[in-house]
Amino acid sequence: MGHGIASMLLVALGGALGGMSRYAVSNLMAHLLGKTFPWGTLLVNASGAFIAGGLLGYYGVPTTQPLWLFAIAGLLGGYTTVSSFSLQTIELWQSGQALRAALNIAATLLLGMVMVTLGWLLAMGLLL
Amino acid sequence: MSWQAYLAVGIGSGIGSALRYGVSLVSLAAFGGYFPWGTLLVNVLGSGVIGWVAATASRFPNAKLAHWQPLLVAGFCGGFTTFSLFSLETLHLIQQGLSGLALLYIFVSLPLWLLAAWLGERIALSRL
Repeated sequence: MGHGIASMLLVALGGALGGMSRYAVSNLMAHLLGKTFPWGTLLVNASGAFIAGGLLGYYGVPTTQPLWLFAIAGLLGGYTTVSSFSLQTIELWQSGQALRAALNIAATLLLGMVMVTLGWLLAMGLLL
Repeated sequence: MSWQAYLAVGIGSGIGSALRYGVSLVSLAAFGGYFPWGTLLVNVLGSGVIGWVAATASRFPNAKLAHWQPLLVAGFCGGFTTFSLFSLETLHLIQQGLSGLALLYIFVSLPLWLLAAWLGERIALSRL
């Protein structure tokens, strides 16, 4: 049980740091590129998928080791987000910007899969 | 972008991430590891909550809830949901030769995320 609580704390600590990083990136992107498109969420999710793929290639299948708990379940899990993606997509759609909503969906799914695969290939040494 | 907002996001994201980890442990014990039910569940639930909070906060901008938005939205919902694990699990399914299941995971997740956010909004707006 003590181990369970330590695991929870590792995930919470990673999640707190990841969430603050996401907040910083979204604020920066909104400042740089404006708020007409959710660039920040797209960037955190694409980069988070890339790092997750890299860690999968480097360390193998997820386990309950402290590093995985902190880095994947905590840091990367907190850094990336689905809730903001969902909200921003339906907000675009509801404000009559169906094309931007569709672009956001396509870009998020496509970039997510491409980046996670790319990260994995790079870590496995299959690229370069 | 005050440090208080960052602190609130960090606390919310830490709690959300720990809760997400708890859900994934319970779903792993209950349904096994064949399909990523835990991630699907947190992403759908988190999308519903963010829709509800956003709609309620925009309806009552002066209420307490609007004040708690960084903690609840960018913090809790952002940390509770995860895109990196979603893409990691999809890649892992493909690598196990379960491409059909991977496609199913993507095309079940996406509409459910969006539907949940929309439903959350509807529920918030239908009150009173």
